[in-house]
Amino acid sequence: MLTSPAAATLRRGESRTLQVQQPLLGKNLAQAAANRALFAERRLAVVNVLSSPGAGKTALLERTLGDLAGDLRCGVIVGDLATDNDALRLRRHGAPCLQITTGNVCHLEAQMIADALGEFDLAALDLLWIENVGNLVCPAGYDLGESARVVLLAATEGEDKPLKYPRIYKTADVVAFTKCDLVAAAEVNPALARQFVAQVAPQALWLEVSARSGLGLADWYAYIRRVCTAAKSGPSLAGVCR
Amino acid sequence: MHEAGLMQSALDMAALAAQSAGAARIRRIVLRVGPLACVDPAALRFAFEALRAGTLAEDAVLQIDEPAARCVCHACGTEFEPQLPAFVCPSCGVFAQHASAGTELELASVEIELAEEQPC
Repeated sequence: MLTSPAAATLRRGESRTLQVQQPLLGKNLAQAAANRALFAERRLAVVNVLSSPGAGKTALLERTLGDLAGDLRCGVIVGDLATDNDALRLRRHGAPCLQITTGNVCHLEAQMIADALGEFDLAALDLLWIENVGNLVCPAGYDLGESARVVLLAATEGEDKPLKYPRIYKTADVVAFTKCDLVAAAEVNPALARQFVAQVAPQALWLEVSARSGLGLADWYAYIRRVCTAAKSGPSLAGVCR
Repeated sequence: MHEAGLMQSALDMAALAAQSAGAARIRRIVLRVGPLACVDPAALRFAFEALRAGTLAEDAVLQIDEPAARCVCHACGTEFEPQLPAFVCPSCGVFAQHASAGTELELASVEIELAEEQPC
């Protein structure tokens, strides 16, 4: 890559330009591709869940793990800067759960996922959830090798989060409008939020859910089952589950 | 984003390329950072100043090229320059998802000074 055919000789002190053209996130992209290949070989569905802190990732996963127990065999990797509070909450629902505490790192990287996989019996799982660090900026740029990416927008956050933080919403397969039981109390307009998502992320499936009241969860579970069915069917069907 | 970590990656990649080519030092590092990459060139420069001491790039110039963003409307085919947050086609008003250019975030090239005579 870096040497050209010997035609002349450069002397000490002379300069030369090396064409590199490698992405700065190349290491993560390569590891994400390796993760994706492993997940495909294991026919394992992997869903990366992203949102700001407090938008309801853990609550949605708790409810989902409870409701899908006996139907889908789930595992969870959960990332936070500190504490294993989320893992303790999620483990109550019987799924194997690994907490990654990142210290000061504001997102999960593909290598962290690869390192965590050894803690799971992947053959005993249909679906691996990755609850990312609560952050609407940095996790957007880090592919983890997931089959689907779900970005939450809580009713309590206001309608225009997708306009303010467009990049993460642009990467979403699904935007889940969470805490929709609080729409009236938060004086938020779901139709307007949906319109903003359609502008920023026209590819994303829009779902309105409440982990507390159960509203909209049937559609959410139907989507998750499609992701799992696609993973079971093999890589050729990847991307058809939206 | 984490411009310091990205700059560290760029310095590591540049040093690896330079060493493999027998460089005594790096004169110039050229990055390509598109406007849709969500990376701040000023923060990259700040990180470069903080990180370059003691490396092959200690005296190097950091050049950051910023290619224009491009998008082709999937509905009408119009090519336009998309801007965050929404990529709105100026001809038909459709919201597009993918930009064909503008998300670049890469080490483009490294200009090195050679340590010894060698074929080029």
